[in-house]
Amino acid sequence: MTSPLLQPTDSSLNALAKPPRIASAMQHQAHISTIGARAFLLEAPGDFDLPAQRRIWALAHALRQWDDLGEIVPGMTNLLAIFKTTPEDPEAIMARLRDAWERAESIDIKGKTIEIGVHYGGEHAIDLAALCDRSGLTDREVFRLHHEGTYTVFALGSAPGFGYLHGLDPRIHMPRKTVPSLRMARGCVTIGGMQTGVAVLTGPNGWNSIGFSDLQMFDPTAAVPAIMAPGDTVRFLPERIEL
Amino acid sequence: MIEIIDTGPLNTIQDLGRPGYRDIGVTASGAMDPLALKIANLLVGNDEGAAVIEVQTFPLRLRFRQATGFAVTGGTSATLDGVTLPPWWMKTGDAGQVLELLPSPGAARAYVAFAGGVDVPIVMGSRSTSLRGAFGGVDGRFLQKGDALPLGEASALSVDELGVVPPAMALQEFFPVAPDGSLLIRALPAGEHDLFGADAERFWNQSWKISSQSDRTGYRLSGEPVRPTAPVEMRSYGIVPGVVQVPPSGEPIVQMSDANTAGGYPKIAGVLEADLWRLGQARIGSRVRFVRSSHAEARALDHAIAAYVDDVRNTAQMVGRALKTMAGR
Repeated sequence: MTSPLLQPTDSSLNALAKPPRIASAMQHQAHISTIGARAFLLEAPGDFDLPAQRRIWALAHALRQWDDLGEIVPGMTNLLAIFKTTPEDPEAIMARLRDAWERAESIDIKGKTIEIGVHYGGEHAIDLAALCDRSGLTDREVFRLHHEGTYTVFALGSAPGFGYLHGLDPRIHMPRKTVPSLRMARGCVTIGGMQTGVAVLTGPNGWNSIGFSDLQMFDPTAAVPAIMAPGDTVRFLPERIEL
Repeated sequence: MIEIIDTGPLNTIQDLGRPGYRDIGVTASGAMDPLALKIANLLVGNDEGAAVIEVQTFPLRLRFRQATGFAVTGGTSATLDGVTLPPWWMKTGDAGQVLELLPSPGAARAYVAFAGGVDVPIVMGSRSTSLRGAFGGVDGRFLQKGDALPLGEASALSVDELGVVPPAMALQEFFPVAPDGSLLIRALPAGEHDLFGADAERFWNQSWKISSQSDRTGYRLSGEPVRPTAPVEMRSYGIVPGVVQVPPSGEPIVQMSDANTAGGYPKIAGVLEADLWRLGQARIGSRVRFVRSSHAEARALDHAIAAYVDDVRNTAQMVGRALKTMAGR
């Protein structure tokens, strides 16, 4: 279904050409704001990198002990904490969150390793030519750089089971498309800015497709519906290369 | 079992949704007006969060295969075999009888609860339809003509008919409407509010029209655009229904029940959870104005809603007991 409300899953990735102005990361302290009366968003200061994300994982881990929290949603170097009821004293909540952040030490999640077989090139690689143009690399080099990388699942979000994978070689970074593909197939292996991922739903998608995988990333009836979890390691295995 | 004889294109099975899975990218879904859903369920003796039919396109016609207690709440005009039912009403439909729901001018969505609840399979803790994920409800899709919906086991209904005062009336003092007819929706400034400079005040001061590009995922508002004083780049962050984001066009989007789990646009405000049910009943083309609120006010509204729900729960049980006692004499 095409929703009129398609929105960027990470618009910072659109600004590769010039350094983006990150609203909250300019301060050294974590920035905390609200969404409605029950949800609080903590944004880490500093760069969008693995150390910052590791601290977000540590914070998420610590917050799981809070009885008054209904849901914790780690994002890209930020975390949304949704409380079960409207807190009486929002300032006290912010102080608690800030304190938990200050205590959060970077943790290295010992995740599993997931190997994803990829058919590089072919009918689903609709953005390969544009990526070659932009990078000045041949299609073969693009594939090699992609499958030689070791990736870390930063967070899940945007669609059921979709993992944002960090660790893409800078030579094949590519901004999201300004005009998304309206019907990109589930399974497309894509690049969005400095990240890569595998599309889990067929539908509008602004990332750049270079191949295809038929690995099922999400099963709502399984005990653990999503294959990926934050901290997991992902490797792509070239099963077929179509030039 | 009930049978859908006729339905508009966008009606689904919903309960209170499946929160708890946003961290794996799964939308919570659930009723756009959870208050109307709870009341419909309490009227038929269900747990307040049982699965019901959410009707947002009319008409809906359904036939009872056996005698079934049902309740209709929210915005609709309903008839049973052609006889008009009072609003927010519970009654028993006999085998073969047809319930029809037609649109009402005041509110956008109606809820039909059945004693025992709609018994579609529970997926990830909920029976709500996830349209985006294509699971939950009836095969993850909109209802269609010919669907037969199984019902769960009903607790014995001891009342023939019962109605309640709708919340918009019962809670009038807590949920005001502006003199110009705009819905007043309470909200708190969100993370990027102050980056909008003088435009932030125009966000609060103007009355926004709910555009036709609005659905269960979210409402696109039209009005005089508001823009940040400088371009704002965001890292993807978790979102909840009620977040008011501003895409480059400058016309805000309010995320609703089928909201994505993550977003990247700057957010100017967040609607109080206690006002979401009213937004869920706002019609395309109607107007809303955002009113700057506080946590204290949010708590007062939460309390008023909870008291109303408790009142309906207690009254329904009390009436049931009284009638049972009288029948037992």
